[in-house]
Amino acid sequence: MRNFDYHAPASLDAAVALIGDKEDGKLIAGGMTLLPTLKQRLAAPSDLIDLAGVAELKGIKREGDEIVIGAMTCHADVAASDVVKSAIPALASLAGVIGDPAVRHRGTIGGSIANADPAADYPGAVVGLNAKIVTNKRVIAADDYFIDLFETALEQGEIITSVRFPIPERAAYQKFRHPASGYAVVGVMVAKFGADVRVGVTGAAGSAFRASDFEAALSENFSADAIKGVKMSPDGLLSDIHCTNEYRAHLVGVMARRAVAEA
Amino acid sequence: MGQFGIGQPLRRKEDPRLLRGEGRYTDDVNVDGQLWAAFYRSPHPHADILSIDPAPARAAPGVAAVFTIADLDADGVPDMPCEVELSDLSGRPMWKPMRPILARGRVRFVGECVAIVLAATQAQAREAAELLKVEYAPLPAVADSESALAADAPVLWEALGSNVPVHWQNQDSAPVDAAMAAAAHRVRVRIVNNRLVPSPMEPKAALAAWDAQAAKLTLWAPTQGGRRIQANIAKRYLRLEQDQLRVISQDVGGGFGMRGQTYPEFVAVAWAAKQIGGAVKWRADRTETFFSDYHGRDQVNEAEMGLDSDGRMVALKIVTLVNLGAYMAENGPRMPIEGGGRIIPCCYHAPQFHFSVKPVFTNTVSTDTYRGAGRPEANFLMERLMDEAARATGLPREEVRRRNYITQFPYRTPMGYVIDSGEFARGMDDALRMAEWSTFEERRTEARARGRLRGIGVAAFIEAAGGRAPTEDMRVRVDAEGAVTVFSGSHAHGQGHDTVFSQLVNEFLGVDPDRVRLVQGDTDVTPRGSIGTFGSRSSMMGGGGLKASCEKIVAKATLVAAHLMQAEPAAVRFETGVFRAGASETTFSEVAAAAWDARRIPEGMTPGLDESCLFQREAENFPNGCHVCEVEIDPDTGTPEIVRYVAIDDCGVVLNPLIVHGQVYGGVAQGLGQAMVENALYDADGQLVSATYMDYGMPRAHHMAHVEAGFNTTPCRTNPLGVKGAGEAGACGAPPAFIGALVDALRDHGVTHIDMPATPEKIWRAINRANAPA
Ligand SMILES: Cc1cc2nc3c(=O)[nH]c(=O)nc-3n(C[C@H](O)[C@H](O)[C@H](O)COP(=O)(O)OP(=O)(O)OC[C@H]3O[C@@H](n4cnc5c(N)ncnc54)[C@H](O)[C@@H]3O)c2cc1C
Repeated sequence: MRNFDYHAPASLDAAVALIGDKEDGKLIAGGMTLLPTLKQRLAAPSDLIDLAGVAELKGIKREGDEIVIGAMTCHADVAASDVVKSAIPALASLAGVIGDPAVRHRGTIGGSIANADPAADYPGAVVGLNAKIVTNKRVIAADDYFIDLFETALEQGEIITSVRFPIPERAAYQKFRHPASGYAVVGVMVAKFGADVRVGVTGAAGSAFRASDFEAALSENFSADAIKGVKMSPDGLLSDIHCTNEYRAHLVGVMARRAVAEA
Repeated sequence: MGQFGIGQPLRRKEDPRLLRGEGRYTDDVNVDGQLWAAFYRSPHPHADILSIDPAPARAAPGVAAVFTIADLDADGVPDMPCEVELSDLSGRPMWKPMRPILARGRVRFVGECVAIVLAATQAQAREAAELLKVEYAPLPAVADSESALAADAPVLWEALGSNVPVHWQNQDSAPVDAAMAAAAHRVRVRIVNNRLVPSPMEPKAALAAWDAQAAKLTLWAPTQGGRRIQANIAKRYLRLEQDQLRVISQDVGGGFGMRGQTYPEFVAVAWAAKQIGGAVKWRADRTETFFSDYHGRDQVNEAEMGLDSDGRMVALKIVTLVNLGAYMAENGPRMPIEGGGRIIPCCYHAPQFHFSVKPVFTNTVSTDTYRGAGRPEANFLMERLMDEAARATGLPREEVRRRNYITQFPYRTPMGYVIDSGEFARGMDDALRMAEWSTFEERRTEARARGRLRGIGVAAFIEAAGGRAPTEDMRVRVDAEGAVTVFSGSHAHGQGHDTVFSQLVNEFLGVDPDRVRLVQGDTDVTPRGSIGTFGSRSSMMGGGGLKASCEKIVAKATLVAAHLMQAEPAAVRFETGVFRAGASETTFSEVAAAAWDARRIPEGMTPGLDESCLFQREAENFPNGCHVCEVEIDPDTGTPEIVRYVAIDDCGVVLNPLIVHGQVYGGVAQGLGQAMVENALYDADGQLVSATYMDYGMPRAHHMAHVEAGFNTTPCRTNPLGVKGAGEAGACGAPPAFIGALVDALRDHGVTHIDMPATPEKIWRAINRANAPA
């Protein structure tokens, strides 16, 4: 790890000012991704701006038909939240299968979504539930947010403040854990909003995406049988030493069917 | 006997200290004024070094020194040898390279040390190491042993001219070929035994401090004993008397066989400290442990078994390639030949046996001992063959094993080792009964109704415990208050010696285990002839030495007691801490107090109660066992789940069942790790692609089985405690039991083998490949 200056702003405005001010500053939330990166010397920011003391970024509430989760809320809090469990149990259960207990008590939803690891779980929920990413500057729609591996619509210095999840009629998340990392090889969030069905897939490709063939079939008939014949093409999906793109393509179907059955 | 003696499930004395973070590991030690070291390591798997420019690193903030091989050469530091001696059938000896401490002119694997940088802080040392300018001319590389045999493969050692330093065979294959040709049944397997990264919790570390006044160097480092490393580094590399180097390894976070070696980093750190006349500290990060800890396994085995019409083995041929890495580690080529060869053909009688081994150089880090060291590979191979033999003969899997078990002891193996005892069929029967083997088909049917594929596997295995070194030095000192200090040549790095040795002292001297203190891992105080702990040897070697030392204590104390009670020594009996002669008695503590008092001992006796024994073993011992594993597979994803695991082990006399079970659980976890997820993978270009735990799968709680463990005790006949090792059993039993169960679950899909690690995708592919033509 290289040296950096550490800042602990107490308000969002102070954080925004700091990140705008510093040559090569970086926000730190739970540090679960950023710290290993620093230790491996893959990143060497001049300044770290810690969001932990920014109270307005924490907390979970229901606002009308939406669940609003502050960017600095850790995964364990989402998993345990009665508000989330009663409105979108699939989201609580997704948060509960991220990493291990230590990671869930440090890692945050804002950090996860800002980082946009292709194998992270939350992106599946953001896309599948059609969430809105709220930043200090604007509101970004789920479909416009994820761009590619570790690449999002966020601009330099833009801070996620909260994520707004519309409450679906039914939803479920199914994850196939990576044999080594425990991240999602494939994670599928299926959500039904009236006639509208969304299928958000994470893990399989460079960034989370909607599986439109599955959505079309499920909009007709919301049952696991309806997507039995729907195949995902392996083209463009990720491969690693444990799981090939063909296997990932196959798992999208399996996880989608299981999610529908559970929803 | 007794509440705390042999066979009692005493809880581990060392746990509270270790769990509270009160252990003292190498990184916990710091010396005033110490410099930090960082290694500059090769990013290339194979390249000529055209030039090294240390100037930018030397100019970096905080840097005190940068050393390369030129500095070591100038000081006459020799290269590292491999001490294994092998020859081919014509008597031509194995060709052996030397390994320079820091690369000289060429790098041969990613992570090889090229330079050591010393700086005021660890961060500065690492920063500076990155500034080193090295110019390379990359060479083609080869990473796997089969590719390295190709005629056009890159050759690592020009002086050798190929990548195979010896073709070792136990004998000419002709008689075996003849028996094979005449066999009623022949079965063949091809097995890739996957390469593993040992992954102890504590990374390699070293702190060396030169004391000019005492002309002595102290080296703190995680080792499995330290005496050999002391001798090596002092005499060979630093040209000191052995006792001018003190090696301390008080607590060590896991060994698994990878800690016995004199790593080049240790030599470099020790030499650097002496060179600057100060203290140098180094701690590897996790990435360095992946690149530079010696790896385990990595064999390719082709084997053929011939059986008669009754299913009895008539001939066995095994052809093994073992990937040595770029250099020969201290034990590298020994793994299949003496590691596995000590037991092969395992639990079975093979009238004709041909064994051919080619060690192979590749552009990878060296391989060496890792939990089981050749025996897990041998047992895996034999058990896969036995399952195939069952298929070919139509006999049940347990029956074909039963017909081939060794039943007469002592038994001389084709490789000349003598197994003293064992009850293999009884152990298997116990395991099968406990696992409800006979009613398995009902469970298979029931699982099928739930859409799951269920299978069961049985694996018998045998081990050899004791290691190469035939001696161990133990010392027992009883102080005047009756408390006992054990100065142990054996070295615990997780095994629980503190507990078990206390139990033995309790057994032999009647002293409360709380009053027994273990001193280990410090060459200034452990006995001169101490060796250490590896190869499941401590119960026999340390235990044997401890027993003999205690017997000497009792013999002397009996004379003192007789003197105190004014009785004839022959009339004195010692039992549970009390000496009795007729109606008089005196306690062990009272006798201990007298023993240190020159006025209260018989004339001519030297005061004190302090005895030691350089224990010499008669033979190795042969732990064995039978494990049964039951799995269910989710056919949609290929995910296996272990639903039952039974482990019956013959560890001879059990000193502490809690500790033996702990060893079995740990070994099973490591065995399942190998079978399910672990894989150290180099790509074709020699880059290690599983160099973090994001890619290298470690077994997790959800992989692990709930192990139902039991004992099939047959006391060892060749050591005083009747013990057999326990440390490596699980790592031998789990891989074949698990893979056997998987193959059984998939038998209707035409699957006969799945290579390790059997990841969900591999299993899913096996199901679908088999399904496709149907
Ligand atoms: C062992 C381990 C296992 C894991 N397993 C899983 C898993 O199974 N599934 C999974 O989804 N994840 C997993 N993770 C990731 C973890 O859950 C976190 O979500 C992730 O590390 C990022 O969150 P963080 O709060 O730690 O962010 P940090 O590491 O602090 O930051 C990550 C990045 O986001 C930026 N950032 C942080 N907060 C904001 C913000 N509010 N606005 C803008 N940018 C911001 C930072 O600048 C940085 O670039 C695992 C992590 C570990 C260490």
